[in-house]
Amino acid sequence: MMGPLLISIYVFVLAMFVGREIITKVPPTLHTPLMSGANAISGITIVGALLVAQTAEPSVSNIVGAFAIVLATINVVGGFLVTDRMLAMFGQRKR
Amino acid sequence: MDNAIELQPGFIHATLVPILYLVSAVTFIYGIKGLTRVRTARRGNMWGAIAMLLAVVATLIDMGVVDYRWILIGLAVGSAIGAFAAFKVAMTEMPEMVALFNGAGGGASMLVAISFLWLHVIEEPSSVGHTVAFALQTDSAVSTVFGILIGAVTLSGSVVAYLKLQGKISGQPILLPGRHVVNLLLFFGSLGVGAWFVFFTTDHFSIGVAALVVTVLATILGIMLVIPIGGADMPVVISLLNSYSGLAASATGFVLNNNVLIISGALVGASGLILTHIMCVAMNRTLANVLFGGFGMVEQTASGPASDYGTVRSYSAEEAAMVLEAAQSVVFVPGYGLAVAQAQHVVRELADLLESRGATVAYGIHPVAGRMPGHMNVLLAEADVPYEQLLEMDDVNPRFKETDVVIIVGANDVVNPAAEKEPGSPIAGMPVLKVWEAHTTMVIKRSLSPGFAGIKNELFEYDNNIMIFGDAKEVLQGLVSELKQAAAA
Repeated sequence: MMGPLLISIYVFVLAMFVGREIITKVPPTLHTPLMSGANAISGITIVGALLVAQTAEPSVSNIVGAFAIVLATINVVGGFLVTDRMLAMFGQRKR
Repeated sequence: MDNAIELQPGFIHATLVPILYLVSAVTFIYGIKGLTRVRTARRGNMWGAIAMLLAVVATLIDMGVVDYRWILIGLAVGSAIGAFAAFKVAMTEMPEMVALFNGAGGGASMLVAISFLWLHVIEEPSSVGHTVAFALQTDSAVSTVFGILIGAVTLSGSVVAYLKLQGKISGQPILLPGRHVVNLLLFFGSLGVGAWFVFFTTDHFSIGVAALVVTVLATILGIMLVIPIGGADMPVVISLLNSYSGLAASATGFVLNNNVLIISGALVGASGLILTHIMCVAMNRTLANVLFGGFGMVEQTASGPASDYGTVRSYSAEEAAMVLEAAQSVVFVPGYGLAVAQAQHVVRELADLLESRGATVAYGIHPVAGRMPGHMNVLLAEADVPYEQLLEMDDVNPRFKETDVVIIVGANDVVNPAAEKEPGSPIAGMPVLKVWEAHTTMVIKRSLSPGFAGIKNELFEYDNNIMIFGDAKEVLQGLVSELKQAAAA
């Protein structure tokens, strides 16, 4: 039987390969949106931030956690919106 | 009331939430897959956002009813700042924006790891008298150290990259003596302190102080790693920091034993590494050379002094317009100088004019034409240039032989024939756009000053090259009005 750590490592390594396979197919034209979109995805750490900021009375952990939520949300909301703004420019063909 | 479908808490935590996370992870992958084509890219990005929403909802379900005050305040503040930045940023400033967002992602992961340590060890009464490795399990505890380390390096490195891009600190490489030794000490020092507080102490105060020491050491390391890198190499650095921000999220996933973080972090990590590799190939540098080299220190070789030119042919806008009138095929080669001069829209105007006269128009984009991967494409798309006309280096190079006129605006090193013809050149072997194979090349440039590589460009002396000296925007506007006059006459 594999321990939980080993399972996590399996998941990590396989996900890296999946990422490699898809991302090498992204055309250079879309590399900036890819980067800002990937950037937004790295804001997934918001999940961790939510889990540590959930207590009521102020303590080091939930104050730090609240700041983590702010940073992660900037990353997520800003990242997806700016990527959408860029990709909208690629879509239009007014000729 | 007997309710057979009442959800058991065990079912929610052990089955429903993990399944939602799995759906979220798959949706992320599906979203990124959308980015492989222009037509599906916008939808792909939207799927990414939906995946994120799903992960957040799953987490909230997992948490059940808690005190939401901090969470809501955090979400509101972050959303407001993020949305404001996203709508306000100019496309020329995308590299700065991505650098800051990388920093925010890394910083968030670092804070999560710190908060986790406080929540489950330092503030947790039942962990008194135990080591961190015991209280959190060894794998979580070790991951916490890596989360802090990678997150802090990403945060401080990104801030330095941002300041360099903004010109607030020098774009020149800043080389401190003995920096490699210092960096190694910082790296192993932070790992050592991390190992100590995870395995060798049970005193909560010491654990807290040691965790902060790791944070500070890693922050200094991030600054030290980016400070020596020159402005021309920023595309590589941003890509690499992008990768780090993903790896930091993955580390957080290891801390929390949460697969959706591990998977999406790994996807971002892979994406950043691939872009880093592409940028390095485009500049003919190894990653090690970019990170540790300190560019701009190359010795002069065969080409002689960078400013020593023989005869160059210089045309006025009027003369150049006459050449363009006869052109059947035109390729534009834009460099970052184009964006600096805010000349994207004028280029498109000129292109439209040439097309209306029956010429075919395309754009040859070098991978490092902008200040981050794909930057030039975004700048041209903003000026309504159809993306079908944006050709990558490998697609445009075979076409130069049949091209009448190549117009080079704000680019220099990426069209330097020395990369192919002079084995002793500092840029020898760098992939370049072979514009000199075209019938005529026009270089719009303020002067004969060298580009980032600091070397002479022999293209300027070639018989089939025409220099048009001046500000890119003014010269292009001049060409447009000359062509319009010719058409009216």
